[in-house]
Amino acid sequence: MLTDFGRILIFLLIGAVFTGGGLVASWLLRPRRPYPDKLSTYECGEEPIGEPWVKFNIRFYVVALIFIVFDVEVVFLFPWALVFKEMGMFAFVEMAVFLGILIVGYAYVWVKGDLDWDKPSPKVSRYVKGVGVVSDESVDVTEQVAV
Amino acid sequence: MDIIEPLVKIVFIFLITLTTVAYLVLVERRVSAFIQNRIGPNRVGPAGLLQPVADIVKLFLKEDIVPKAANKFVHSLAPLISLVVAMTTFAVIPFGNSIHLFGRDIKLMIADVNVGILYILALSSLGVYGITLSGWSSNNKYSLLGGLRSSAQMISYELSMGLSIIGVLMIAGTLRLDKIVESQAQGMWYFWRTPISFITFVIASFAETNRLPFDLPEAEPELVGGYHTEYSGMKFGLFFLAEYANMITASAIIVTLYLGGWQLPFVGHIGLPDLAVSLLQIAAFGVKVGLVLLFFIVIRWTIPRFRYDQLMNIGWKVMLPLALANILITGVALLW
Repeated sequence: MLTDFGRILIFLLIGAVFTGGGLVASWLLRPRRPYPDKLSTYECGEEPIGEPWVKFNIRFYVVALIFIVFDVEVVFLFPWALVFKEMGMFAFVEMAVFLGILIVGYAYVWVKGDLDWDKPSPKVSRYVKGVGVVSDESVDVTEQVAV
Repeated sequence: MDIIEPLVKIVFIFLITLTTVAYLVLVERRVSAFIQNRIGPNRVGPAGLLQPVADIVKLFLKEDIVPKAANKFVHSLAPLISLVVAMTTFAVIPFGNSIHLFGRDIKLMIADVNVGILYILALSSLGVYGITLSGWSSNNKYSLLGGLRSSAQMISYELSMGLSIIGVLMIAGTLRLDKIVESQAQGMWYFWRTPISFITFVIASFAETNRLPFDLPEAEPELVGGYHTEYSGMKFGLFFLAEYANMITASAIIVTLYLGGWQLPFVGHIGLPDLAVSLLQIAAFGVKVGLVLLFFIVIRWTIPRFRYDQLMNIGWKVMLPLALANILITGVALLW
């Protein structure tokens, strides 16, 4: 007896055979005339400058971290949603508390500015005599360096 | 005997999807031509109907250029992952009620798994591997940036997608897609019972399939071709097919969850024979999917692309709160 996941496996295998077969057929049919210029890395006709595996923005990691936290919460919501009608008010209050905690974290991330992709110019804190440490948003870093 | 029925269904679904993908490309080109006041491809066969065949033959015969710096194995693996994952989602989508043929009831879905929606979510998050791996393995700056953008975009919108489905699950109380369709009988479709969830889900589907206005991973003016800059020949063709196959599965999921699936209101009360009713329901599913696909295409050719910061802002600051609010609203509405 073939279970439902067995059927999915057959579907997957047939899909892999179909697409792999396409690649093999094209491998048999297509011409092969490589030369060094053709095999070079594309960079708009220029010689590639530097390593292709460049350093990229740290914000991609932050997004991934926030995603993992929230995705785990979403997974917890699925079984809850299924029994919601039977459990009624009790389930609703439980989940409101759970979501409340989640929303506090979400608000924290938002206020901290980790959801902004476009960062404003960094806040500069400086010491003012008689006042203490002042963080001044209007002061531009480059301006200060110039002074 | 037991294995023949699923095999027939699988091959049937496969051929239908592949043909639809091929003709969807043609439809997209004709619609875009219509929108831009051009004619579009109309030379190959009557009204250009054989254009997909010509395209596929051309892709088969093209030289496959793999850059010297690329990781050859992963470079070939990535398009395979993209297309197979895009197609396999179709295994759990019911495309009709059960049909009575050859003296037995045949259920019109390949696998009736009890975790249907979770399976769809799992596979749609696997789709990001194809794009990220292709970006990494090409050893090209444009590809790498395209792959990175795509992974960040897809995980951001996956949250809103998962959260908006919760609204439907709360009403339906099951993860089985055939039961969800059954609970939408008599025109009680979920798109007007949970409108917020419908809107966020459709927007998230656009982002998940990398269609305009969310096609940042392959934004031509900035990234040349994005993750498939270094792909040519049949491997490029596989990515191309995967994009359209993703569109079809996304439309089918939207139809199944929100637009009543194969349900056709009042068709059961006319007194038609059972077989005709079943066929009408399959046709209804096809027409609904076709209309959603047309919506995808028209949106692509009428709306400009977002900037990357706008994309992230919408994902995290608009979609996520909306999807969360929808859960609370649905909960309150169900209790009172």
